[in-house]
Amino acid sequence: MALTFVISGPLRELAGNRSEVRIEGSASSLSDALSLLWSACPAFRDRVVTELGELRPHLNIFVDGESIKFSGGFSTAVRENSEIVILPALSGG
Amino acid sequence: MPNTQHITPANGDVLVLVGTMKGAFVFHSSERGEWQMGGPYFPGSAVYAIGYDGRAGRRRLWAGAHSMHWGAMLHSSDDFGRNWTNPESATVKFPEGTGAALTQIWQVIPGRDFEPDVLYAGVEPAALFVSRDAGETWSLDENLWNHPQRERWVPGGGGLCLHTILPDPADAKRIRIAVSTAGMYVTEDGGASWRPSNDGVRADFLPDKHPEFGQCVHKVAQSKTRPERMFLQNHWGLYRSDDRGEKWVDVANGVPSDFGFPIGIHPQDPDTAWIVPLEADAFRCTPEGKLRVYRTRDAGASWDAMTNGLPQKDAYETVLRDALAVDSLAPAGVYFGTRSGKLFASNDEGESWTSLADGLPPIVAVKTAIVS
Repeated sequence: MALTFVISGPLRELAGNRSEVRIEGSASSLSDALSLLWSACPAFRDRVVTELGELRPHLNIFVDGESIKFSGGFSTAVRENSEIVILPALSGG
Repeated sequence: MPNTQHITPANGDVLVLVGTMKGAFVFHSSERGEWQMGGPYFPGSAVYAIGYDGRAGRRRLWAGAHSMHWGAMLHSSDDFGRNWTNPESATVKFPEGTGAALTQIWQVIPGRDFEPDVLYAGVEPAALFVSRDAGETWSLDENLWNHPQRERWVPGGGGLCLHTILPDPADAKRIRIAVSTAGMYVTEDGGASWRPSNDGVRADFLPDKHPEFGQCVHKVAQSKTRPERMFLQNHWGLYRSDDRGEKWVDVANGVPSDFGFPIGIHPQDPDTAWIVPLEADAFRCTPEGKLRVYRTRDAGASWDAMTNGLPQKDAYETVLRDALAVDSLAPAGVYFGTRSGKLFASNDEGESWTSLADGLPPIVAVKTAIVS
């Protein structure tokens, strides 16, 4: 199966200034999908999740348009050609 | 993104490294009269930890940059900020099994001259990290992390942070650290064991005013020429030690408040130190709207206000714990930054002050070094 990760901010620089990373692999959940992403782009991991594996508090992930806050977190199901968007949340001062 | 200016310091130049809530800046000067500024570096990220390693032929800047979105990471630059490392994986992070995640890097300092590849980092949640390969890799001091008293450490207003690291200049095995709010701990065996060391330091916010640990120590400074001599700015309380921190005596003599954050000690004269008293506890601004640095020349028996060049009307400023630094020249240069983004310098030990910058983001760290 193929998955598309849409990335922003410093992740783009770490991915050769790409705005998307397309990955082939087997995944049924977002957690599986992120494991594929960490293998393909190891530098993403520490920037997206903490040492405890938790999503950084000021980031959002959307799977096929829905925030994972409302779709099961890392257990959110992914499908063939799912689009996974990693975005900074509105925050700052 | 903002345009970043770069600097090209020469051998012998003084560096003033400034960490702010929204990036880092580096100032340099050859005669401490005219200053040039580089930055902002890491725009948008809070830089609480900034330092310089001039040992073993290096000219390396270090910065702990915390992005609200992407987390905290330690970076270094060997060309005064033109290029910074951006490690694939965070080099300072908690190992599996600790159940902890890095919140902020509060301190990065080079080790002593006789350990030229050693660096120390203090972080939040309160922990000490050590590098023995000039910053390539870092490891958690497990013995401090597993200290049985740690579960009773509680965060102060800035978080549960290890903000002060004092490797003893003369005793290779001795290191003193300070945590808000846990007080000071010392190791005498190179980190194999740690014990609390707060004798004489008050904890006004606890029923027991002199507990074994739990004090809210804000900053500690140690003399390089007489390591027995230390000064301490506490959350209420201004102290001196003449025995490497084993016992502390109150030296808040003639200051408008014994509350404050930073403290700096003279590079040669162990009787001279600088503080910036704040009206506290709720207000935490300079008393009477006057920005005054206080200096002692007699080990705390008396303190004099240094005001020449500093605003003395409607100046309700705050200077945080790491935002004052003293260089190693004679006469000593003193530098401090305010939460309102003002950066001041004195090239005559505080007798007079000039403004280096007036509109930086809130300043949280000021360090200084000589380019070697």
